[in-house]
Amino acid sequence: MSTTDKEDYLLKVANLKITLQNQIILDNINFNVKKGTTLAILGPNGAGKSVLFRALLNLLPYTGNVEWTEKVKIGYVPQNVAVSDIPLSVKEFLSIVQNKANAENALSLVKLDDKTILNKRLGVLSGGQLRRVLIAWALVDEPNILFLDEPTNGIDVGSEEPIFLMLNGIKKSKKMTILLITHDIHIVQEYSDYLLALNKCVTFFGKSEEIARLSTQKTIYGEPVCVETLKAED
Amino acid sequence: MLETVIYSLLIGIFVGVSAGYLGSLMVLEKMALVGDALSHVALPGLAIGILFNFNPFIGAFAFLFTSAIIIWHVQRVTRISFEALVGATFTLALAIGIMIIPEPELLEALFGDITNVIIIDMVAAALISVVAIVLTKAIYRKLVLAMISEDLAISKGINVAKTNLLYLFLVSLVVAIGIRIVGTLLVGFLVIVPAIAAKNLSSDMFRYSLLSAIFGAVTAFSGILLSSYLNLPPGPMVVFSGIAIFTITIVANWKMQITT
Repeated sequence: MSTTDKEDYLLKVANLKITLQNQIILDNINFNVKKGTTLAILGPNGAGKSVLFRALLNLLPYTGNVEWTEKVKIGYVPQNVAVSDIPLSVKEFLSIVQNKANAENALSLVKLDDKTILNKRLGVLSGGQLRRVLIAWALVDEPNILFLDEPTNGIDVGSEEPIFLMLNGIKKSKKMTILLITHDIHIVQEYSDYLLALNKCVTFFGKSEEIARLSTQKTIYGEPVCVETLKAED
Repeated sequence: MLETVIYSLLIGIFVGVSAGYLGSLMVLEKMALVGDALSHVALPGLAIGILFNFNPFIGAFAFLFTSAIIIWHVQRVTRISFEALVGATFTLALAIGIMIIPEPELLEALFGDITNVIIIDMVAAALISVVAIVLTKAIYRKLVLAMISEDLAISKGINVAKTNLLYLFLVSLVVAIGIRIVGTLLVGFLVIVPAIAAKNLSSDMFRYSLLSAIFGAVTAFSGILLSSYLNLPPGPMVVFSGIAIFTITIVANWKMQITT
């Protein structure tokens, strides 16, 4: 591999294997992530997407090679959080275990410019506001890579698009690298540069635009199974 | 007599503040009943202290913390819920405690006693409360983040298991000194009720933890005052005071819609 190639990549993963409770969850995982790009991670439930994130965050043991080509600061947005029952304001949450000074700046990055939100309790926010606040939390410490585990989980389709547009803006303005777990092919096509499809192993790795091809979809989802259609009555 | 009442009231304030403050986390962890049940584990320790003529507080704390470590470890290994494990441990401890504690001291152990409090008790309560509050303040936000998402906390470099263990150690200390005032059966009340009363009036963490501590102090202080005035056991009086505060906060929240 040439020097230029090496400089282009932020993360290189080779022969990654994750075993939990004597069960192989992921095996023979190989992929690279280029700086300043978005890698979408796609796959059915139980494919090992979140497990991959947790291994890359050093939350789970693994074998194989995970190489960061420079010192990285990771901002992480988990799929599920428990906030409904906790009396915690947005302002307090954003400064929890991190730099208080950047809290308001992070909120404006996620387009929550109305300052009254700072004093609201997390539990009363709408689904879209909460996801933006979680992304803002991940941005407070000024990371250079974002791990987003289904960042629009639990919010309606209409509110999803503005969040991905906002994330694209952050990626461009901050030269951010993004790893994004999603179920949505449309999001992969529109808002990611590369695609890693998983189903216990890698079923596809390449440019996201490839997903438009039928052959790629067959690789990811398997051969289509046709059902017998009803014949129109004469 | 007046000295004893003053010492008891001061102990009440220290225990109330620390139990209220630490209890605010216990309630958020959905472990309110764990805090209550854990206090009963102290009974055999108290009994051993009385039987072998050493400070029952030390016996109570030893039993509380040992049980907390065992429960913490078994929970990590088996993933059985805290509630279930504490349920099993506290009934066992209660059974052993009732078997071995001398009968004259049983009522005092269960419901508290303030008639023979001395200055050393007050100084010990003050020191332990201050240490417990300062250390809990240092880990408070870490524990809150772990409640929101354990992965998030670990990704920020927080050792969640060790932080939880430190918290259990501090709860054991505070519960052990609380037993002196309100007894093993009712000390759990001081951990739970001031915190849920504060929750009724709070939409942020600062206010919630502050009000929990204040309500804890007011509950214990007014209960002990009533107890010495009416010459009744302190435990039940503390409970009545706390329930009065809790009821007022329910009405206040209902009228002013503070948490909605």
